[in-house]
Amino acid sequence: MGLFDRLKQRLTRTRTAISDGLSGLFRGGREIDNELLDELEEMLFTSDLGSEAIELVDQLKRQHKRGELKGEDDVRASLRAALLERLDTEPAEIVLAHSPTVVLVVGVNGSGKTTSIAKLAQRFTSQGKRVIVGAADTFRAAAADQLEIWAGRVGCDIVRKNEGADPAAVAYETVDRALREGHDLVIIDTAGRLHTQSNLMKELEKVRRVVAKRLEGAPHEVLLVIDGTNGQNAINQAKQFTQSAEVTGLVVAKLDGTARGGAIFGIRRELGLPVRYIGTGETVEALEAFEPQTFVDAILAVRQVSANS
Amino acid sequence: MFQSLTQRLSGAFDRFRGEKELTESNIEEGLRDVRRALLDADVHFQVAKDFVDSVRERALGQAKIADKGVSASDQFVAAVHHELVELMGPEDARLQMAKSGPTVILMAGLQGAGKTTTCAKLARLLVTKHAKRPLLVAADVKRPAAVEQLRVLGRKLNVPVFHQEGLGPADVCERGVAHARAQGNDVVILDTAGRLHVDDELMDEVAEIARRTSPDDQILVVDSMTGQDAVRSAQEFHSRLSLTGVILTKFDGDARGGAALSLKKVTGCPILFLGTGEKIEDLDAFSAERVAGRILGMGDVVGLVEAAQDKIDETEAQAQYERLVMGSFTLEDMLAQLRMIQNLGPLKKVMGMLPGVGQQLDNLDIDDKHIKRIEALCTSMTARERLQPDLIDMGRRRRIARGAGQDVGAVNQLLKQWKQMKQLMKVMKKMGMGAGMGSKAKRAALEGFSPSGELAADLGGGGMLDKLGGAARGLGGAAKGLGSMMGLGGGGGLPEGFDPSMLAGGGVPGARGKSATRKATSARDKDKQKAKNKQKRKNRRK
Ligand SMILES: Nc1nc2c(ncn2[C@@H]2O[C@H](COP(=O)(O)OP(=O)(O)OP(=O)(O)O)[C@@H](O)[C@H]2O)c(=O)[nH]1
Ligand SMILES: Nc1nc2c(ncn2[C@@H]2O[C@H](COP(=O)(O)OP(=O)(O)OP(=O)(O)O)[C@@H](O)[C@H]2O)c(=O)[nH]1
Ligand SMILES: [Mg+2]
Ligand SMILES: [Mg+2]
Repeated sequence: MGLFDRLKQRLTRTRTAISDGLSGLFRGGREIDNELLDELEEMLFTSDLGSEAIELVDQLKRQHKRGELKGEDDVRASLRAALLERLDTEPAEIVLAHSPTVVLVVGVNGSGKTTSIAKLAQRFTSQGKRVIVGAADTFRAAAADQLEIWAGRVGCDIVRKNEGADPAAVAYETVDRALREGHDLVIIDTAGRLHTQSNLMKELEKVRRVVAKRLEGAPHEVLLVIDGTNGQNAINQAKQFTQSAEVTGLVVAKLDGTARGGAIFGIRRELGLPVRYIGTGETVEALEAFEPQTFVDAILAVRQVSANS
Repeated sequence: MFQSLTQRLSGAFDRFRGEKELTESNIEEGLRDVRRALLDADVHFQVAKDFVDSVRERALGQAKIADKGVSASDQFVAAVHHELVELMGPEDARLQMAKSGPTVILMAGLQGAGKTTTCAKLARLLVTKHAKRPLLVAADVKRPAAVEQLRVLGRKLNVPVFHQEGLGPADVCERGVAHARAQGNDVVILDTAGRLHVDDELMDEVAEIARRTSPDDQILVVDSMTGQDAVRSAQEFHSRLSLTGVILTKFDGDARGGAALSLKKVTGCPILFLGTGEKIEDLDAFSAERVAGRILGMGDVVGLVEAAQDKIDETEAQAQYERLVMGSFTLEDMLAQLRMIQNLGPLKKVMGMLPGVGQQLDNLDIDDKHIKRIEALCTSMTARERLQPDLIDMGRRRRIARGAGQDVGAVNQLLKQWKQMKQLMKVMKKMGMGAGMGSKAKRAALEGFSPSGELAADLGGGGMLDKLGGAARGLGGAAKGLGSMMGLGGGGGLPEGFDPSMLAGGGVPGARGKSATRKATSARDKDKQKAKNKQKRKNRRK
């Protein structure tokens, strides 16, 4: 079952059934005019597309002026194409090309890092890979406990130390153990940090350096976990984390709600970062490789909500 | 492409400079920019629309009583600011306390919003400021180690944590309240699991908790980085609970606070507190003035508009201004310098060549947050204070600190830094860098900052800062000149006692951003050590 079906299923469980947002706009046989296109812009804003929304609709308005849009189908096709054009078409999944492949996971506080790591560990363990996770969040209360419980459930190995230990040391030790014991995949959890905290961003640089010291070329992947409910701030996050930690891809978590994670368009435009996975729930199975089509369709299906209820 | 609300709005306000009156035609362009700025700041589109409408109304209403001393842009700023404050206020950062029996506080929200951390912060506040004996109840039975997380925080605080294995969340909460009653705890804080507003099962669960514990306070905890979805989720939580307040977390980042605007509008509940860090003491009372000021990037706007009205003779003021700026190193200059250091790699490199600075420069870490704090302080000053910082006495320091939402220590620190930089500038001037800062940069700064354009400059963008961009380029050139000069072995020497790290974030009390020391194992160690010492002190007192 794809994301869209899952979302649809999930949303129809709620009292208000989802209707296709774009179809909703055209209901009652409305003609395309500026008013309708403005409403479409609002619909796109609702998905956190930000100024991309304005550009997309400006383009539609130009097409409309040239008489290229006959009805709903044309609008949908044009919008869909424009959105897809803005996304990556390459396969999203992590490839375990090294032994071990080392993945560093970073992001702001509470975005979903630790849970996403559990999901990744599950995904690769169930493919028969040997996975080890490193609890390099030595700062937040019970962070290592959280990861340890997940590791137990997934059935992968873990390296952890006491609260307050040096995160770089934990990362080093994890890679070291993987090299000695022959794991296929190393995933390192880090403490949440706001991208504006330059001292903590430096800490990440150090983790990177130390990991590279043990295994040249590592980390092979740096995944930035974005909270899918975040708005335009996610773009700032991506910029800063890319600068300090050389992010290679995104995980967008919490897309099982009504948020659509449209900020990734801005991120893609500014930084060219691909989305690798999306998180669609709190269980270890709720991780999917990113599929541009379903992602875009979910945006076109957004139901408008007024703030004046 | 992506501009902050401050930059965007000051762009909008710039349009009105020089125009005497707001009219229906000249206001529209500015309003369009305001709308876009709000959307970029993640304000819900409907809220943004309504906001713009009410600003239009207010600003045009004011146009009729336009005063000679107040420019169109000043009026516009005042109108926007006023509306922001109005939308987010009134301030009422008070928890509802039960008349009899323990006060029950229910904390709810989406996953990862900051509920558990904020529970601990509230407990600390209640203990330290209100002499309460709170009980924390760990009712998240779902997330791995959620109970342990709260226990760790409770231990740090010396506040008891209630939990019972094997019970459902509503049972845990009910028994927690009974436990508090038996143990004489006067406040019970219920930490619930994160849940999605579309998850009917979990929404039923939290409604059930509320039904069985009759909370006096039902608080929605919201991540301030939340986008448009803030409105949808808040609506849904509000319909299932009777929310009494909102707490916005992670406000210590660079989120523009759009969610604050939307949430107040949607729930009608007051925003009670702002979470401003990961530490247990990082909880501030919500202040609409402060958040509006932060969104707009300025301090006390109302005061500034009044000051503008007081202006008697524009030409005299202009002349005085030029005398002051050309003759001395002002706080404006300092802010400009910091920005340049931040924006221009080359200057940092050049400074690295100064004798005695090189080795220490690794510690020179000027981050956004630090500059924003300084900016907030500067904009909370009157124009005269910025130009003649020597004027700033204790009374003024207190007022400035209040306006910026910081403590007096921060003002003291800023003035100390200013003195040191002033000295440094003298040295640099001697060495030939004066050309860069003395004339070109100053003139550029001057253009953007004249008495009539004061408010535009105060917005920290458009007017002044664009000009500073030019100034910075000028300085870049001068820096190159200096580089070659230094290559020839020229030298200067730093003023005695000058400490480059003073320019960095670490110098400001309260700023979490410490300069990274080379051998620090954990950047958080220092903060933790501080917290530990504090805890020790507290324990000793008992
Ligand atoms: N609904 C939903 N919840 C999620 C998803 N991913 C994570 N969560 C929840 O979000 C909350 C925070 O997740 P964590 O994995 O602890 O986040 P983190 O980034 O590690 O947090 P810190 O380490 O504190 O910065 C938890 O309650 C998770 O169950 C998702 O895809 N959907
Ligand atoms: N920078 C910053 N971080 C915060 C703030 N409040 C909470 N956090 C961090 O945000 C992350 C999530 O906080 P939690 O308290 O675990 O969030 P929660 O809502 O209880 O999460 P769930 O129980 O999983 O739904 C942690 O890393 C906290 O340290 C804040 O005001 N500023
Ligand atoms: Mg974590
Ligand atoms: Mg929690």
